[in-house]
Amino acid sequence: MPFMSEKKYFDPEDLKKFGNITEFQEEMGKKFFDYYAEVFKEGALTQREKALIALAVAHTVQCPYCIDAYSTECLQKGADEEEMMEAVHVAAAIRSGASLVFGVQMMNHVKKMTM
Amino acid sequence: MGVKQNTKTLFRRNVPLAQPRFQFQILERHTFNNGHFPTFSEKVSEHKQLPLTRGKLEILQLNLGKLCNQTCKHCHVDAGPDRKDQQMSREILQQALSLIETYNIPTVDLTGGAPEMNEHFKWFVEACFHLGVHIIDRCNLTILNAGKKYEDLPRFLADHHVHVVSSLPHYNKKRTDAQRGDGVFESSILGLQKLNALGYGQPDSDLILDLVYNPTGIFLPSSQSVLEPQFKRKLKNKFDVDFNNLIAITNMPISRFLEYLLETDNYERYMFSLLDAFNPATLEGVMCRNTLSVGWDGSLYDCDFNQMLNLKSDLPNPTIFDLQPDKLEGEPIVVHQACYGCTAGAGSSCGGEIA
Repeated sequence: MPFMSEKKYFDPEDLKKFGNITEFQEEMGKKFFDYYAEVFKEGALTQREKALIALAVAHTVQCPYCIDAYSTECLQKGADEEEMMEAVHVAAAIRSGASLVFGVQMMNHVKKMTM
Repeated sequence: MGVKQNTKTLFRRNVPLAQPRFQFQILERHTFNNGHFPTFSEKVSEHKQLPLTRGKLEILQLNLGKLCNQTCKHCHVDAGPDRKDQQMSREILQQALSLIETYNIPTVDLTGGAPEMNEHFKWFVEACFHLGVHIIDRCNLTILNAGKKYEDLPRFLADHHVHVVSSLPHYNKKRTDAQRGDGVFESSILGLQKLNALGYGQPDSDLILDLVYNPTGIFLPSSQSVLEPQFKRKLKNKFDVDFNNLIAITNMPISRFLEYLLETDNYERYMFSLLDAFNPATLEGVMCRNTLSVGWDGSLYDCDFNQMLNLKSDLPNPTIFDLQPDKLEGEPIVVHQACYGCTAGAGSSCGGEIA
């Protein structure tokens, strides 16, 4: 059986099939893609700014499909390596900050527990 | 200010890809692993636009030769410093002048290689200037700093109201030099500053300076409206450089860019990205409708890309000596798989976006 011989969970080629999710639930899938297209249109933020935000978020949610897609998208929108890496650092800074800020909770607890 | 060559021409390396026929075979006969890849003709016929036919001739594009002071990695011409063999002669340029005058062809578009390296360049530009024709020079910018021989070139271009269309793939030095050769970015900025000082790209000036953006990798260009404001802001803030318009051109899967795609195992991926981005709205405005490309030996082609693939126009005698510009309307255009490069996304032409 084909699925038994499948050895990988992630196949970059699957990204091209993303649109096929409508096959199992057409209405919701279609609404999602319409919404998605609307979000990434030029608006108060430029398409380029949105691509850089998406790249940072892709690293936060650690989605390999999104990282591939938005690395390409950022290049297409004219962003350079420095800008893209700064966007990733923004994601990393927020993630690490989100851990570190709980250090205050730890400190509060420790101070309650100790003389 | 010197530039370092990133690579050598296919011609100099004497590799099979130097032969247009070999490139054409790859384009036409390649087997794809990732599903069916329709021919360009099939795709166009889906939209009932086959055969593509010519409209009125508006631009005569002359490729003055493959000689160039740069050897860019993506060059569709396989131009370089060693390509001294194929230079357009004065006889052919004289014939072009005669046609431009007789048939009132509004625009002459000079390309290469570095067209300025053709020994007849200045004579021809002067003659076109006196005819009052719109002259485009596809300038690589570094030629403006290529030594004493070219010292007066910026002034010459300004004096003859030449519309300069210059290549600058990115405002980032690393990106530009990776494609065009070390030192190209700095020399290009110097070239732009020289042109700006003469009035090019300045408000209230009729000296037009456009930049050509082409992707520095296996991705497609975004729309000009997205890219142009970034380029304007970055070049102004960092280098005090001004220009008029940004023209976004898709890299064509031929010649040295084809070699890059094959070497990096990205050919299939790139071709599918062109196919996925196929936009039928571009078919009305593809440049082969209103432009005719003339090779160094006077042969006629539907575009500069067809010229490099040695696919001559489908005319009884495709040479400039038999050309009747008023009889071109309705003539079929020669198409092939690389034409997907002109119909992807917003489309691509020597004038930038189409749709």
